[in-house]
Amino acid sequence: MNYKYFPHTESELAEMLKVCGKRSLDELFDEIPEEIQFKRDYDLPSEKSEVELRRFFSELGQKNKPLTCFAGAGCYDHYSPAVISHILNRSEFLTSYTPYQAEISQGTLQYIFEFQSMMTELTGMEVGNASMYDGATATAEAMMMAISAAKKKNKILISSTLNPNVKAVVETYAKYQGVSLEYIAENGGMTDKSDFELKVKSGDVAGVIVASPNYYGILEDYTGWADLCHEQKALLVMNCQASALGAIKSPGEWGADIAAGDGQSLGIPMSFGGPYVGFLCTKKALIRKMPGRVVGATKDVNGKRSFVLTLQAREQHIRREKATSNICSNQSLMALYVTVYLALMGAKGLKEVNELGYSGAHYLAEQLCSTGKFEMAYPGTTFLNEFAVNTTLNIDEFQAECVKQGILAGVKIADDKMLLCVTEMRSKAEIDKLVGIVKQFNA
Amino acid sequence: MNRTFYGNLIFELGKEGRVGYSLPKNEFAGYDINGIPEGLKRGNDMMLPEVDELSVVRHYTNMSNNNFGVDTGFYPLGSCTMKYNPKIDEEISSLTSFTSLHPLQSADTVQGALEVYYNLQKSLSEIAGLSEFTLNPFAGAHGELTGLMVIRAYHNSRGDYKRVNVIVPDSAHGTNPASAAVCGLKVVQVKSLADGTIDVEDLKAHLDDTVAAIMMTNPNTLGIFERNIPEIARLVHDCGGLLYYDGANLNALLGKCRPGDMGFDVMHINLHKTFSTPHGGGGPGSGPVGVREGLEQFLPNPHIKKDSAGKFYIDSDESALGAVSAFMGNFSVMMKAYSYILTLGKENLKYVGPFATLNANYIKDSLKDVYELPIDVVCKHEFVFDGLKDKSKGVTTMNVAKRLLDYGFHAPTIYFPLLFHESLMIEPCENESKSTLDGFISVMKKIAQEAAEDPEMVKAAPHNTPVCRPDDTLAATHPIVTYREMLNDNDA
Repeated sequence: MNYKYFPHTESELAEMLKVCGKRSLDELFDEIPEEIQFKRDYDLPSEKSEVELRRFFSELGQKNKPLTCFAGAGCYDHYSPAVISHILNRSEFLTSYTPYQAEISQGTLQYIFEFQSMMTELTGMEVGNASMYDGATATAEAMMMAISAAKKKNKILISSTLNPNVKAVVETYAKYQGVSLEYIAENGGMTDKSDFELKVKSGDVAGVIVASPNYYGILEDYTGWADLCHEQKALLVMNCQASALGAIKSPGEWGADIAAGDGQSLGIPMSFGGPYVGFLCTKKALIRKMPGRVVGATKDVNGKRSFVLTLQAREQHIRREKATSNICSNQSLMALYVTVYLALMGAKGLKEVNELGYSGAHYLAEQLCSTGKFEMAYPGTTFLNEFAVNTTLNIDEFQAECVKQGILAGVKIADDKMLLCVTEMRSKAEIDKLVGIVKQFNA
Repeated sequence: MNRTFYGNLIFELGKEGRVGYSLPKNEFAGYDINGIPEGLKRGNDMMLPEVDELSVVRHYTNMSNNNFGVDTGFYPLGSCTMKYNPKIDEEISSLTSFTSLHPLQSADTVQGALEVYYNLQKSLSEIAGLSEFTLNPFAGAHGELTGLMVIRAYHNSRGDYKRVNVIVPDSAHGTNPASAAVCGLKVVQVKSLADGTIDVEDLKAHLDDTVAAIMMTNPNTLGIFERNIPEIARLVHDCGGLLYYDGANLNALLGKCRPGDMGFDVMHINLHKTFSTPHGGGGPGSGPVGVREGLEQFLPNPHIKKDSAGKFYIDSDESALGAVSAFMGNFSVMMKAYSYILTLGKENLKYVGPFATLNANYIKDSLKDVYELPIDVVCKHEFVFDGLKDKSKGVTTMNVAKRLLDYGFHAPTIYFPLLFHESLMIEPCENESKSTLDGFISVMKKIAQEAAEDPEMVKAAPHNTPVCRPDDTLAATHPIVTYREMLNDNDA
């Protein structure tokens, strides 16, 4: 039995079995009842050498078609500086686990502390956790947090303008938690304020979830919303897209109580949907209601500044069924991704990323509309780098034509409506190519 | 690992005006972000660092040197399966033909990715002895929650709404009851016998038409195989409940026994444990959920399917429990797990459980003279000592754990399970050589000797780490969780 991942030699194997008082490896499993022992080989392919494995995946990769990306809708094609993947491949980070032994985990603990610091700065909140799985589950956790903070109230209002994939996850959590989830109507691509005012005053609302930017890329005006929520003792939860917060009014500035969302837009590769990283930031007064791991600063026995996992009395391994959440670990390595990204970019770089996206998206929108085949779906609204358009084209056929020419032409969100996004990754030449296809396309 | 504490924060390295990035020039004159109305623009400044590229690289490299990983040394952290993370899997998962895919691309442009998802799902089904897996859940705890939702969706589909209780052994990991609670279910504890296995008589007392499911690991938290599992399965099924398998300890059974064959109906697998994807300091993981025939329709949307022409497509099912993720889970982690399965193949996967089990028993039997072994039977992939055999000098499990750090080993899991006061839970994986195990054994013996001869020195451990016993109480009573709070605290 010589294999690269199994180091025992024949003689070592014999010696070890002897220490254990066994004659064979099989004897170590004698207590498993005969009828449930697995006695055949798995019906799986035979082992592959690295040469064969590389060939296999290289061929498989050719069945994918990487495209020039004009899609967003919850996943954004931003640039990822080369430094990041090199740092992430430091195996002291990559092959460690949750920092239970603080003395030999200061690297992990420190970057989580930095992540918490950066995400609270970005969201304009006071405290944050060590990360969540993704933006959708972070938003669902924010909902449960609002319910728990409100004690006896059981209703959550959620804006119809959230990303449908986020709504679907929040709905699932609500259904099984027994939370009553009610939608606030949409009006012209934005949350209907009069519907919100009417519903929040019903008296049994624990929290209100809104989005910024919203699903259609629109920056909604939430002036006065936090006050209305607080008058009713409800928490305002804001789902946000991390990168955009470098330029748009932050949840803290709107007076939100919880900011939750996805950090993928901070340079994390699209990777067909994951792994990304969720964030959840809140006010200091709510820190003990917050789900997930938290790192805090402290001192060691010699008075040296050091970092530890803290406030663990909220967590599942102590509180069991009374914990604030069932989440155990976080999305640690992806939190490191975002931390290194923000360290490199700083506030200035993030602003530049937003400026480039804004300019490119507004240029594309204008060019598309000038063809006469598109019009803005929600004229008069403000957007950053993503926008919805109505079109007279057959969207499926148009997108198929674009794929042939190597372009992912946004996301179809209705029979006559598309969502398009431009980041700093898109050159003017690429945008002009897309517009050129539109001009020539007749269907 | 560097034993000198680095300790700086990135915020402390910045100087106003430094930059660590370069971006393309703006080619779009006349489209100025200042077009955003004032009331929608960010007003607050952000306190982010301004650092040059080399400083960023050195900062995080220095930080990594204060960290211990599987690549640094032996990491016998019980119940976490800290096995070797093959380097080839990292390379495979970073192929740009996969990492550059947007999750909402049309199915015909992502056939390779869908094939990975589908075939990994099929491979896990074969290994588990179940019918179908979803790979959408992001982690073990997320998988548990998803699995319990499947169970509720199943009972509800039959109009059987009174099944709201989940039976959980008292030795179970805290996640089990926490997941049940998040799923809106009530937790009922079942007792363990002296040997740590489920008390079947006590179980019988809890079985009625309110039982949604029983959640178990097998081998259990003590690393002991629940040999009564066929009877437990029969009893639970007879009362109309389902069996949930927490795959935390699946590594022990690779090649020897399948959850489906034991009678389990629903389970999750931690790809970051059994299928060797790196733990990443606590994520990203992946927690696929599998079900037996008849329960597939309840798995969360979206589902990946294959048509008769061999084309893969993305589908949604009306009777599904709903969605638990925005897209299709942690795809890159799936790539690593699939790469691992293909590398080992059927010839080697079957030895994972036996070697993991041999290594655990070898350590147990080599150390049971000096450490208290409360249950002296053959263990599977892990086992639990109840502290030192000689406790007269007051040296605790915490002290032993900290002293191990001085010797260059990661500590085992400590004070879990709660069944013993001084739990020391050891899990050596199948990749560890006899030389490594012997090194660990001799250090454990040496610590026992030190505990007898110089207990105060052991109690003061660690002596040789970047920091020494950080004050947990201070951190919890006076929480400082951001750099801004740290600055304000220093000013105060």
